[in-house]
Amino acid sequence: MSKKILSKANLCWMALSVAVYILLSVLINFRIISSYYTITIYNILINIILAVSLNLIIGICGQFSLGHAGFMCIGAYSAGVITKMMPNLGGLFLGVLVGMVISTVAALIVSVPTLRLRGDYLAIATLGFAEIIRIIVMNMKITNGAAGLSGIPKLTTFTLLFICMVISIIIVCNFTRSAPGRACISIREDEIASEAMGINTTKYKVSAFIIGALLASLAGALFACNFYVIKPTQFNFNRSIDILVMVVFGGMGSMTSSVIAAIVIGFLNMILQNFSNLRMIIYGVALVSIMIFKPTGLLGTRELSFEKLLKRKERKS
Amino acid sequence: MSSLLEVKGLTKNFGGLCAVSNVNMTIEKGELIGLIGPNGAGKTTLFNLLTGVYEPSEGLIEMTKDGKKVSIGGLKPYKITAYGVARTFQNIRLFKSMTVLENVKVAMHKNIRYGILSAIFRTPSYYTEEKWVEEKACELLEEVGLYGKRHEMATNLPYGEQRRLEIARALAIQPEILYLDEPAAGMNPQETADLTQLIYKIRDKYNLTIILIEHDMSLVMSICERIYVLNYGKLIASGTPDEVKNDPFVIKAYLGEEI
Repeated sequence: MSKKILSKANLCWMALSVAVYILLSVLINFRIISSYYTITIYNILINIILAVSLNLIIGICGQFSLGHAGFMCIGAYSAGVITKMMPNLGGLFLGVLVGMVISTVAALIVSVPTLRLRGDYLAIATLGFAEIIRIIVMNMKITNGAAGLSGIPKLTTFTLLFICMVISIIIVCNFTRSAPGRACISIREDEIASEAMGINTTKYKVSAFIIGALLASLAGALFACNFYVIKPTQFNFNRSIDILVMVVFGGMGSMTSSVIAAIVIGFLNMILQNFSNLRMIIYGVALVSIMIFKPTGLLGTRELSFEKLLKRKERKS
Repeated sequence: MSSLLEVKGLTKNFGGLCAVSNVNMTIEKGELIGLIGPNGAGKTTLFNLLTGVYEPSEGLIEMTKDGKKVSIGGLKPYKITAYGVARTFQNIRLFKSMTVLENVKVAMHKNIRYGILSAIFRTPSYYTEEKWVEEKACELLEEVGLYGKRHEMATNLPYGEQRRLEIARALAIQPEILYLDEPAAGMNPQETADLTQLIYKIRDKYNLTIILIEHDMSLVMSICERIYVLNYGKLIASGTPDEVKNDPFVIKAYLGEEI
């Protein structure tokens, strides 16, 4: 079994992630890049977790959810409240755990009735859910209402963030390339046929939704412990749309593309910060042109696969 | 020994329209049954009732499984599938952007014993089960002659091969009863002949009971042992091909009446 985990393709992935990790941590720790860039990198890593987890729901399982910010909000506030009381890594761990439990319960409550809906209806229902979460948070004492939580200890380190991102990607990819993942893809392709092939479609839609929600709440927790302050307005509809844009921009159903899209959009946002008036216009034009010239997104459903690359190399030699 | 499938008084109303009305059928194990009728007679609706896509308005569907009688009318499709019922669709419903091999693997779902956590943490059971699935799926594809195309996208296959892939996918369920909804639609005579051979082959190899809807009368008359004829949702005749061919009601339904 260890042989399978240490296959050539997996070793390539490990090498790639270690290389990226070393490169980025050198850049950050030796202050080769300014703190402005550092923040951008942190943001991108969090966005990768969000984009990959939303891609599992939308791209793999075909369920159009607009409520991702809601789960992120749950994670952020759970971690925020708990780490303020326990300002150490244990507190963060507990915060993540509590966030995940609440997210799972919320995801179950939302998904069991709503995943029977299709397309637009599901989108509206999940959108409503995210708004409900935001309003609840805005009106609770423990979350300090509309003013938001401040003074959250900075516990998110680059290493922690990077490890969480890698684990999230592994979870989603492993899920996708297995029988439950195939079941989810078949639901996306044709729900009636999928059910006729003996797949309990509700069960797999709910599972994908919950895994997505768990990872979103993890991203929220890391977000809260990185930026000191969180406010309910940070988790509004625009946040859900931002994540959705990354998924659609990259290509629904491809994890590689979600990662790349999160990186590209992260840097695009950073560059466009100086032209704040033009930012949304350029952003919009970029999206419209992608949808016109490449409706399936930058990469479509293609994945970067070391397995295929290695095979092609073998064939050539 | 009771029969494999018994349908009693099966009725389906869509609002005021009675698509299937009071249908009674008895199907024995190993039979090859044809279901014919003019367009709009309710054949596909009947299949949809038998496979759980629609819930019956009235009536019973009973299946004998391991010597026990179970009522499967109104169950969800995936539960009916678990009893060993497989189907193909009239307007091909493959998982288009999955490969040929993956299409077959999806249908083996109920026999895969590892769960979501096993999949995420890649436990040993994941590897052993996936290996078995791969072998079994390849075997089935060889059966229908699509092994060489197993890595192609299902949507890129020519029409006849898509139909055969649907059959392979249905076989992956390891069914006892196989419903084929117009398997020869749109095929040329050569493809139809190949299909006939395939149907015989899989029936003998997997001990199947096959029920097929078909408009190609030469196919139906040559391979079916018994035929049910539907018109306006009602069974108007049943029996051997020769009996059905000479039935006055059937002739009337297909050719109209003398004035």
